[in-house]
Amino acid sequence: MKWRDPLLLIAVVVGLWQLLYLYAGDSALSSPVTTARTLAIMLQDPRFLVHVRETLLAFLQGFLIAVLIGLAIGFALGAHAFSGEVGEPILVALYSIPKVTLYPIILLIFGIGMPAKVAFGAIQGIVPIALFAMNAIRNLNPVYARTARVLRLSPVAWTKELLLPAALPEVITGIRVGFSLTLIGTLLGEMFGAQRGLGYLLMQAMGLHHMPRLMALTLLLVLFAATVNALLLALDRRLHERG
Amino acid sequence: MSRVGRIRVLVLLGAVATLEALCRTGVISSFTLIAPSTIVVSTVEILASGRFTADIVVTLRNVAAAILTAMIGGVAIGTLLHGLPATRRVLEPLFATYYAIPVYAFYPLLIVVFGLGDLPQIAIGFLLAVMAVVINTMNGLDRVPAVLLKAARVQRLGPLATAWSMRLPYAAPYVFTGFKLCVAYSFVGVIGAEFITSSRGIGYEIAFAYNNFDNRVMYALIFFILAVVTLVNMSLYAWERRLLARRQR
Repeated sequence: MKWRDPLLLIAVVVGLWQLLYLYAGDSALSSPVTTARTLAIMLQDPRFLVHVRETLLAFLQGFLIAVLIGLAIGFALGAHAFSGEVGEPILVALYSIPKVTLYPIILLIFGIGMPAKVAFGAIQGIVPIALFAMNAIRNLNPVYARTARVLRLSPVAWTKELLLPAALPEVITGIRVGFSLTLIGTLLGEMFGAQRGLGYLLMQAMGLHHMPRLMALTLLLVLFAATVNALLLALDRRLHERG
Repeated sequence: MSRVGRIRVLVLLGAVATLEALCRTGVISSFTLIAPSTIVVSTVEILASGRFTADIVVTLRNVAAAILTAMIGGVAIGTLLHGLPATRRVLEPLFATYYAIPVYAFYPLLIVVFGLGDLPQIAIGFLLAVMAVVINTMNGLDRVPAVLLKAARVQRLGPLATAWSMRLPYAAPYVFTGFKLCVAYSFVGVIGAEFITSSRGIGYEIAFAYNNFDNRVMYALIFFILAVVTLVNMSLYAWERRLLARRQR
């Protein structure tokens, strides 16, 4: 029963896709079958896998940096109430500015290449991860801190036994949001300025108006994003239920 | 101003002053970043020259169109799905994955469907923004206490009147959170679309200036758009605070 709803959703989406294809035709999109076949052929091409690896590598590095810096900022601002009060509106303002406008600046700093791609992803992910982590620490039940004092826990034990387990569910939610934004950031960066990677291939397919290739790339990205997101969501739910 | 506010201003001023000093002393070369004071001066010059007025109007108009359609569409879809729990349950995974999908990949499809004008850009902004409103509207409607709905039944309100005078006002703060995200995402969507494929608008002009090493224009336009977005967000933030303060009385 658990699998019925997602399967139904996939069936509906594929059905609508086929209908849209029948309506709009070959110049607008390719049919589900053609797209799947194109993707299967592409995945066997070593030249294509080079691009996949490039994007994956850029994304993973950007995501790692976003998680590390985001958690560091979030924990620092969450633990120190006054800094948190000073910093929160600044973080919120940074969260809502369109960071795409900063991409030319990143290219000027790093030049076209891997470091710029990593930065494209990282700047999108840092702020949401920091915001969620800050709120996680800030909303901890004050009883925990008092209990820790009564038990005379050392700072290390306090962090390990109380802080991390109690804040983890919210932190994971932040990381999930950061994951999506970092992925979009990396791809958008590759679409704007790169010579390798899936974003670059997307732009190329767009320029050549090669619909099956374009849709196959999109399908691959959606499948990857949906799978990782589903895993993180399952982890997220389990942690929230336990807490 | 409160102490917190003063320190916040000091932190920001300190950051800008550091940047200014680094640029003036040549630690950061002017090919990479020009000094903040120069950016402000060239922004004023460029806005006064009127060279980009047409682009600014196009971009802001498209963003406004995306925001409006996403707000109206989002509240409508959210309210509708709230009333159809079975459909909503099936769609749940889509809501959770929605923002992981790179929406720009659908740009060519949108061009075929909507033609070459402004509509594809508006559509990207709408697609990015609408889901934030849908999710937050449903979230707000979920929290309406049963006693309000009973009161509505006692007053013999129809479903529409109940939605209008009971459910939506109660859900308003959550919907407002959605609206704030909607504004931010509309800017991202429209400007991002102008960046990658368009022939006018601020995003296009920024990319054009970048390709021509025209740093003064590029930074001026970036500064302008960031200033506009920040101003809009701060007004929304202040408005939200007023709304919340009124509710607590």
